[in-house]
Amino acid sequence: MSCLLDCQTFCILTFGEINEMMKNWWKFLAVILLTYVTLFSLLTPLVPGGLAVNINEIKIGENNIEFTGYNTHFNTDQANLRCFISVGQQWIEGKVTTIESDAKFQFSVNLPDTLPSTQVAFYAYTPTDGAVYVSSAVGFSDIVIDSNTKLPDLKNKVSNEEHKRWGFPFQPILFETIRNLMFHVPMWFSMFFLMGISLVASFKVLSGKWEQDVIAVSSAKVGLVFCVLGLITGSIWARFTWGTWWTRDPQLNGAMIVFIVYAAYVLLRNSIEDENKRARLSAVFNVFAFILMILLLMVMPRMVDTSLHPGKSGNPAFSKYDLDSSLRAVFYPAVIGWAMLGYWIYTIQKKLETLKQASHVE
Amino acid sequence: MLNKIFFTLVFIASAQLAFSQSVLEETFYQSGKINVVIAVILVILLGLFFYLFRLNKKIDQLKK
Repeated sequence: MSCLLDCQTFCILTFGEINEMMKNWWKFLAVILLTYVTLFSLLTPLVPGGLAVNINEIKIGENNIEFTGYNTHFNTDQANLRCFISVGQQWIEGKVTTIESDAKFQFSVNLPDTLPSTQVAFYAYTPTDGAVYVSSAVGFSDIVIDSNTKLPDLKNKVSNEEHKRWGFPFQPILFETIRNLMFHVPMWFSMFFLMGISLVASFKVLSGKWEQDVIAVSSAKVGLVFCVLGLITGSIWARFTWGTWWTRDPQLNGAMIVFIVYAAYVLLRNSIEDENKRARLSAVFNVFAFILMILLLMVMPRMVDTSLHPGKSGNPAFSKYDLDSSLRAVFYPAVIGWAMLGYWIYTIQKKLETLKQASHVE
Repeated sequence: MLNKIFFTLVFIASAQLAFSQSVLEETFYQSGKINVVIAVILVILLGLFFYLFRLNKKIDQLKK
C-alpha cells in the first residue's frame, strides 16, 4: 500500500515537473539550437581554396611560382595535381616542380611574349579539391597585351569543376572568419526582434494600457545589450578583414546612431517622475526610435553605394553566402536560437522591472 | 576591491595592446584568422554572462 502511495506521489511529482517543462519548452529548444549552432559553426570545415602565390610580376619565358592553398591535398593527391594560369578566358598549363606539403607546391610555367588579357589567375587542380585559384594583381614585364592573341586552347582539358566536399565557402580575406556569420549577424536579428516587441508594447501603451510600459522598457534594454555585442563583435571582425576597427560606413554609423537613440530612450525615461506620463512619453519616443532604426539599418545602407558591409549595394557578397546551403543550414537556426535567447533574457529583465515598479509603489 | 582588479586588468590589457601590436596581428592573422572567431564568441559569452550576473544580483537585492 505504502509502496503504491510512494509510486503515486512520485508520478504526480514527475507529471508536475513535466508540466513545468512543457511550459518552458522553448527554452529547451533555444539551448538545443544554440548548441547545434556553436558546434556546427566551429566544426564544419572550410572547403579548399587558394591562399596566395609568391609572384608580383610575370615575365616572358620560365616563371617559377609557389602556390599556397588552404585545406588542400596537393601532397596526398600528387599524382593528379595539375596547375594552370588562366589569362582572360584562356589557359596555359604549368609544370609541377616540387610539392612541399598538402598546402604548398611550386610550379613553373612558360609564357609567350603576347598575352590576350591582363586578368591573370593561378589555378591548382586535384580531383579531391577540385579547382582552387588565386587571382592576384600581377605586373607584366615586357609582355605585350593583345586581345586577339590565341593561346593553345586547353579549356576542355581543364577541369574547372567544384570540389565535392561539404563545408563553408572559402572566401578570400574572410577565410575562417566566415563563421562569425553565425554569431555577429544574429545579434542584430535579435535586436530587431526585441525592439519589435518593444514597439508593439509601446503601441499598446499609447492606446491606453500603460502597464505595458514594463514590457517596452525591458525588451528595449535587452535589445540594447545585443546592439552593443553586435557593435563590438563587428568591430573585431572589421579589424582583421577590412583592417580597421571602425570605418565611415553607412551601416556602421547607422548602428551607432541606433545605439545612442535607444540608450537615450532608456536613460531619459528616468527623468520623468509621473509613471503614467513617463509611459506615454517614452512610448512616443520608442515609436520614433524604431522608425529611425529601420531607416538607418535597412533602408539607408541600400540606397548609398559606398558600403563595405556585405548585403548592401555595391557588394553582393552576402547574397552569395546566403545561397550556400551549408551556411544556411547553420545560419537560420542561429538567428532563431539567438532571438530565443534574447527573449529569455527579456523575461528575466521584465521580472526585474516589475519588481522595481512594485518597490516604487510601496 | 573589484574596481581595483578591474582597472588593473584594463591597464594590463591596454599596455599589452600598445606594446605588442605585431604580436596581436600575428595571433589573429594566423591559421585562417580562426582566432577572430574565438574572440567574437568570447565577447558575446562574457557580455551575456556579465549582464545576466548583474541582473540576478539586482533582482536578489530588490526581493530582499
